[in-house]
Amino acid sequence: MHRFANPTRFVALARAVQPWAMTIALATLFAGLWFGLLASPPDYQQGETVRIMYVHVPAAWMAMFCYTGMAGASAVALVWKHAVAHVTARATAPIGAAFTFLALVTGSLWGKPMWGTWWVWDARLTSVLILFFLYLGYMALENAFDDRARGQRAAAILAIVGAVNVPIIKFSVDWWNTLHQPASVVRLDGPSIHPSMLTPLILMAVGYTAFYIWVLCLRVRADINMSKVRALKLRNA
Amino acid sequence: MNGFSALLKRDLKLAYRQASDSLTVLAFFVLATVLFPLAVGPEPAILARIGAGVVWVAALLAAMLSMDRMFQSDYDDGTLELLVIAPAPLELCVLAKACAHWLTTGVPLIVAAPLMGLFLNLDPAGYGTLLLALALGTPSLSLIGAVGAALVLGARRGGALLSLLILPLFVPVLIFGVGAVEAALTDISARPQLFVLGALTLAALALTPWPAAAALRQAVE
Repeated sequence: MHRFANPTRFVALARAVQPWAMTIALATLFAGLWFGLLASPPDYQQGETVRIMYVHVPAAWMAMFCYTGMAGASAVALVWKHAVAHVTARATAPIGAAFTFLALVTGSLWGKPMWGTWWVWDARLTSVLILFFLYLGYMALENAFDDRARGQRAAAILAIVGAVNVPIIKFSVDWWNTLHQPASVVRLDGPSIHPSMLTPLILMAVGYTAFYIWVLCLRVRADINMSKVRALKLRNA
Repeated sequence: MNGFSALLKRDLKLAYRQASDSLTVLAFFVLATVLFPLAVGPEPAILARIGAGVVWVAALLAAMLSMDRMFQSDYDDGTLELLVIAPAPLELCVLAKACAHWLTTGVPLIVAAPLMGLFLNLDPAGYGTLLLALALGTPSLSLIGAVGAALVLGARRGGALLSLLILPLFVPVLIFGVGAVEAALTDISARPQLFVLGALTLAALALTPWPAAAALRQAVE
């Protein structure tokens, strides 16, 4: 880990990983959408609307994955003062917020035909909405200081505090009687979902993850380049 | 513990000498509550239904209103730097600050809450539970708020930012605080909700001083 605390080395790694992540993301997203939207059977109860699942469920997974990654990177940044970890956390926040927004919007579009309402205040929906506000708060706090280093450190502490919400989201469907269904893929007794639907779901999940890595590499490189430009400008000023 | 009591005494003395600050928060609490009957109409049945929720929301907002002052004046005049290098653990200072905030904001809100219940036509059966729930829940608001207040020190637009940071974290307290009163009003035992409120406050007591102290250290670094 300490090896990659060096920005130059990290940028070289990101540059090498980026085209691979892009290829995997585009290939699996294309295949996943084809299987999900065209080549998988409609649900016996939900009909064609079940196809929203292939966009919604991986987005919700990524929303939590990105937050966990952001909190982990923030902890690393605070403990070992890795500058690159700060950059990674900062680059993750808008991506995670976008996934959370996508999960909320597609969930709402799915809820209307299935539950008869765009929104219910059940534990899963509320805790994901709070996750979205935590992302917004992180980004706002990050940008609220004239001194960039201050914003980074304050936002890192906030990201760690907000991590209490992640297990609440995961277990909200078990702890409360919610309209949202409980987990059907990540279960101790194996997935309770038919392989014809599991295949596109897994493809989409891989595609979303690869997309995250692709955009993360792009954003981290852009961020580090921006810092270099800023440093050069300061030197010449 | 010497540092704790000294800081607590100092903050209470400062609050007492500027009593108008605490009274402003109390006035905000009353006004925010009074707006609801004017907005949703004065039908007693509707007010009785939403009463507990309105009191809780107004209490949340009022507590938040005074929160950004928790460390701000000490940060501005340099006292905070002395607290950070003082031999007493900074976590204990945070606890003293949060305790002072609760005594000067939380307790007046609890005292004023029955009057608000009267305004909102709250069923007499709910008063005891409302007060108990507020007493159990509001300390956690001060503790969670301490983290937010420490994080926004020196930020632009600190007040608005603070609400974005800590209102999402207040949601569990709100849910169980209102849930306790609703349970009492429907003749179900309110004990589970009250226990959860107590647990939230105890967890906040144990956990929040660490991030708040870390935020204070990085603020004066």
